[in-house]
Amino acid sequence: MTADVIAFVLLLAVTAYTCAGGTDYGAGFWDLTAGGTERGKRPRWLIDHAMAPVWEVNNVWLIFIFVIMWTGFPVFFQTVFSAMWVPLALAAVGMVLRGAGFAFRKASQRIAGRRLFGTLFAVSSLLTPFFLGAAVGGIASGRVALGTEASAKAWSNPTSLMFGLLAIATTAFLGAVFLSGDARRFDAPDLVDHFRGRALASLAVVAVLAVVALFVTRTDAPHIWHGLTHGVGLGFVLLAAAATFATAWLLLRPPGTWVRVTAVGVVAAAVLAWGMAQRPYLIPTSLTVADAAGAPSTLTWLVFVTLVSLVIVAPAVFLLYWLDTHGELESLTDTDLRRRGGAAGPGEGADGA
Amino acid sequence: MHTMFQLLAADAPAQLLPARQLMAFTLASHIILVPLGVALPFITLLMHYRGIRRDDPTALLLARRWSAVMAVQFAVGVVTGTVLSFEFGLLWPGLMGKWGDVFGIGFGVEAWAFFLEAVLIAIYLYGWRRLKPRTHFLLGLPLPAAALMGAFGILAANSWMNTPRGFTLDSAGNPVDVNIWKAVFTPMFGPQYWHFVVAMVLTAGYVVAGVYAVGWLRGRRDHYHRLGFTVPFTVAAVATPIQLFLGDSIARQVFHKQPVKFAALEIVWETDTHVPEYLFGRLHPDGTVSGGIKVPQLDSILAGFSPDTKVIGLSSVPESDRPNATQATIAHWAFDLMAVIGSVLVLLALWYALVWWRRRRLPESKWFWRSAACAGVASVVAVECGWVATEVGRQPWIVYQNMRVAEAVTATRSTTLWIMFGLVIVVYVFVFGAFLAVLLKMRTRWRLADAQEGAGRPVEPPEADTPYGPRSSVASASRDGSP
Ligand code: HDD
Ligand code: HEM
Ligand code: HEM
Repeated sequence: MTADVIAFVLLLAVTAYTCAGGTDYGAGFWDLTAGGTERGKRPRWLIDHAMAPVWEVNNVWLIFIFVIMWTGFPVFFQTVFSAMWVPLALAAVGMVLRGAGFAFRKASQRIAGRRLFGTLFAVSSLLTPFFLGAAVGGIASGRVALGTEASAKAWSNPTSLMFGLLAIATTAFLGAVFLSGDARRFDAPDLVDHFRGRALASLAVVAVLAVVALFVTRTDAPHIWHGLTHGVGLGFVLLAAAATFATAWLLLRPPGTWVRVTAVGVVAAAVLAWGMAQRPYLIPTSLTVADAAGAPSTLTWLVFVTLVSLVIVAPAVFLLYWLDTHGELESLTDTDLRRRGGAAGPGEGADGA
Repeated sequence: MHTMFQLLAADAPAQLLPARQLMAFTLASHIILVPLGVALPFITLLMHYRGIRRDDPTALLLARRWSAVMAVQFAVGVVTGTVLSFEFGLLWPGLMGKWGDVFGIGFGVEAWAFFLEAVLIAIYLYGWRRLKPRTHFLLGLPLPAAALMGAFGILAANSWMNTPRGFTLDSAGNPVDVNIWKAVFTPMFGPQYWHFVVAMVLTAGYVVAGVYAVGWLRGRRDHYHRLGFTVPFTVAAVATPIQLFLGDSIARQVFHKQPVKFAALEIVWETDTHVPEYLFGRLHPDGTVSGGIKVPQLDSILAGFSPDTKVIGLSSVPESDRPNATQATIAHWAFDLMAVIGSVLVLLALWYALVWWRRRRLPESKWFWRSAACAGVASVVAVECGWVATEVGRQPWIVYQNMRVAEAVTATRSTTLWIMFGLVIVVYVFVFGAFLAVLLKMRTRWRLADAQEGAGRPVEPPEADTPYGPRSSVASASRDGSP
């Protein structure tokens, strides 16, 4: 019972990471495809400013996922990390290059340095979600089981390939939707349309890939196929489809805020559909939630940890997103960091205290 | 090569050596950033407070510049830390698979802390321009608490590995009846936690102050450098004597709770009373010690306040259950170096305090400033040494007396691991090199800006920096070359 709750929390954390982290990776995707130094200058400028305050928070979701995995389902963690060695190791390296590339690009001023760091950031934004997706595909298609040793088969198979591609397309889609909204906030109308078009295009790609993936699972991951075409799983699939149409419609109309909600809806519903389809397994069809569950008292504590997260972390994350979307967060410019430069900025004011 | 060989037992799986090297390398790299991550926000907030309180624009400028450094440092800390989480699974699946539900929960606390820290840091860093000064400062205030909470999680996990508690083993040797409370608050937890927190404060303080000490030595003796030196150095100087005290008490706790590790740290071979203390020196597999300075009776006195105290020796347990001679020597050197650095830093802090107490000013001696400039590096070395002592001294156990490192290691082929290790070294050298380059570049840019202002030359108007495009100062920044 508690194990099921924790498994559901794990699924929610995965959903949150797909949406928040995905948006982040997507920004990297559009950075990569933004074109040469001149042409890509404005999109990159937007990406820098939109991502900077939130990317670290978006990535903490992954840590949360790991903690729940190794504390709640130690055997599951052990199995996945033993079998998926290569994609996960490469994803880890990708994350280092991505984060460092992004931070250094913002901080460095020479064009050559910015280009180098920018390329690292963008390329690894593409590779990391692919490898993570491929690992998930290997799990979904039941290619790992307790004791499986690391081998290419575990993650180079039709389902893994489809999940990897789907991961890239999804991040691109989310990235474009959010960047389009950010462009509005930063008063750059041309970029609003720039990213709106890209959002539509990537939504189309996501839809096509999703349909292909669905049919790939039919033979390659029968348990998932069954789950996706019956019961709750089917419900979420339909929800995802409905959200897709709503998003497409909203993207064709004058820009607004709702499109973000439906876009997240598409992705969240799809992830939840996959999670529901896996029931009662963590790894179909060899490891159930009940079998993998850790000590009962630990699971109870994990519920408590989750509740506290809801109470203290949720408001904090919400505050950050709120401040960010209301344009309250802005990076310091060189002028602020000059001796008297800050006198012009409000940061300098001595407001009593 | 001989040493490499010595590090492993003969029957150890081939992948153990690369796995350990990889873990040690990534941890040692991450830990360099941790002091700044844990304590720089605190020091910056102090400076910020001073700026608001005394209406001192220089203090506010320093706080702003430090927060610009924090932005880059935090990013590198986050990514190198994420790698560590991956490595728990990639390198030590056996550890997590068997014990994850016993000690993993500490990381849950860490996850909250990272969330909060990431949120608060983002708000603090990006709030300077738009938020009301008071709101901005107040939103930054919980940062040190979040950092303490993060340290709580990690140290709980590590001290559990040193003194595992909170479970019983069933007939198959698997942990059951998990008691989380006991698993978190193990005997080593308290001493390790406080020793660690103070180490972080002290290290961050000396590192930051060191930057301005160098400036001072080069003749930059204005209010800006004075302030940039005094605030962090005072914080560190207060922390240093406390650390000596805490170091003494953690050593005694190791003596009581991990006697074999204590024997390694002090290279004690035979269990005995009236045990001498060796400063450095080298332990040989036959139990003899060569080199080093021998102080009769001292080890017994330090461990139990009397020369009659009995100290357990390495030879009291079978060879397979204790660190070998090379490992013991490594742990011993690391431990001694840490203690020496700690003691020297106390002298430095005393010097500072005495001059301040007698004359109400900063010391004038060049040697003080030279030492202050080196103190930062020295304390980072001490932190690294502390971890080497903890980790190598625990060998061959990953979970003290419950699981060997060899049982925890991944089954991945050693070739794969060596390749990965090579890749990680390349990536980390690049990342840390770039990190340093970025910091130096920032410093040069600020210095140039200060010089221009000082000379009354106009700087570019603020409009040039906003709203679009790369920063206008690209041109001016690439003009300057040398520091
Ligand atoms: C600036 C850093 C610094 C300084 C000056 C000192 N230490 Fe330390 N020490 C650490 C930084 C540190 C650390 C890196 O933070 C460690 C590693 C693990 C831990 O919890 O703290 C540590 C661990 C550590 C351990 C190992 C605990 C274990 O094995 O579980 C002992 C016995 C000491 N210390 C003792 C001392 C003594 C006697 C010092 C005398 C002055 C001293 N430390 C100064
Ligand atoms: C953060 C600073 C730390 C440093 C610098 C550090 C250093 C090291 C070193 C040098 C080794 C290699 C030991 C050897 O080869 O003999 C090692 C191993 C290891 N450490 Fe630590 N350690 C740190 C903290 C931690 C923490 C907090 C944990 C876990 C909670 C941890 C878990 C491990 C594990 C799993 C190994 C591999 C097994 C072993 O060799 O004991 N370490 N670490
Ligand atoms: C094996 C041990 C360690 C693991 C697994 C680990 C894991 C992590 C992870 C995953 C992050 C990034 C979190 C994020 O995404 O925001 C991180 C950053 C951080 N870690 Fe570590 N870490 C280890 C050792 C340490 C130690 C010993 C400390 C000391 C308290 C520490 C303190 C921090 C801090 C303060 C950050 C925030 C980034 C910064 O301020 O530099 N870590 N660590």
